[in-house]
Amino acid sequence: MPLRLQPKLRDDEAVVGGIGNTHFDLWASGQRPQNYYMLGSMGLAAPIALGVALAQPARRVFALEGDGSLLMQLGALGTIAAVRPKNLAVIVFDNGLYQITGAQPALTAKGVDLVAMARGAGLAHCAWATDEAHFEALIDTALAGAGPLFIGTRTDNQPPAGVTERDAARIRIRFMDSLQVAPRASAQTDER
Amino acid sequence: MVPEDTAARADESWDETVARVLKVNAIRLITYVPDRALAPLIARLHADDYFTVIAPAREEEAVGIVAGAYMGGLRGIVLMQTSGFATLPNVLASLALPGQIPLLMMISERGTLGDFQLGQAMVCRIMRPVLETLGIEHHVIARREDVEFIVDRMIKQAYATQAAAEAA
Repeated sequence: MPLRLQPKLRDDEAVVGGIGNTHFDLWASGQRPQNYYMLGSMGLAAPIALGVALAQPARRVFALEGDGSLLMQLGALGTIAAVRPKNLAVIVFDNGLYQITGAQPALTAKGVDLVAMARGAGLAHCAWATDEAHFEALIDTALAGAGPLFIGTRTDNQPPAGVTERDAARIRIRFMDSLQVAPRASAQTDER
Repeated sequence: MVPEDTAARADESWDETVARVLKVNAIRLITYVPDRALAPLIARLHADDYFTVIAPAREEEAVGIVAGAYMGGLRGIVLMQTSGFATLPNVLASLALPGQIPLLMMISERGTLGDFQLGQAMVCRIMRPVLETLGIEHHVIARREDVEFIVDRMIKQAYATQAAAEAA
């Protein structure tokens, strides 16, 4: 699905890739400085993306999260629904299993419907992408600033197509540079 | 000689001082999980349009939001109590610390002497060892007159050194 997402990105949209296949596939589908690759902190792709979206309301922000990760932080759906950032879309890759740890089944393989949970959390604009064309149409909706949007996609159980680099500080600095944020000048302070 | 700004303003409540110091340091985003001791501060921040105040379901989320906001150029702080801090070591060790993100935390120290809730008392004991182990700068605000100095310097230190910091 990142292969379908990245060509749609025009210039400066920020993308936060959750751990596991989401950020591995994001990396493999083409690296851009506006992509933030997480090292750990399973379940925090959507909260991190929410923070970026709050800081930069004019920028479109995407979170890519796996089903196993989202299951760890379901409250985040309610938080996003409460804050209602127009510039944020959460995309969940649901393969029904914990692929990188040995393909153990996740609760999503046993009946948990994450789009239904998102709707129940108060996210009015949420949908399962029925096919690639529908997925691309949902991305267009997000790019139009009609968020918050929650998009569910069914993915396969293939291993990731690549592996990200692991230098968290470098990833963070490159991401901030691409967002035109200078770390120590990110806000004016009274330097008394 | 006591610098001017370390002298507590007699007419200010502690929460008023914290809110003022946050503003001086351009900390606009507040994420919190509720705590009774922090309640006056939380109410004050909610009532002030300067601040964007978000109450997520869990402390990990609160850290994620503040970390993302920092990367987007918006400064924030996470408010919680000790039992909430106990849920955080994984995200501190895999997000804030390796990424050198100046994550600010203000933690109400529950379970300390005089707090007789057993659940709080036991979980309280893990806070300092975890902060020490992770190398996170931390300071205790025990006296009213220390509020301004500790909060202000903690914030400045965190941003100057790209490091997480905690005040309890």
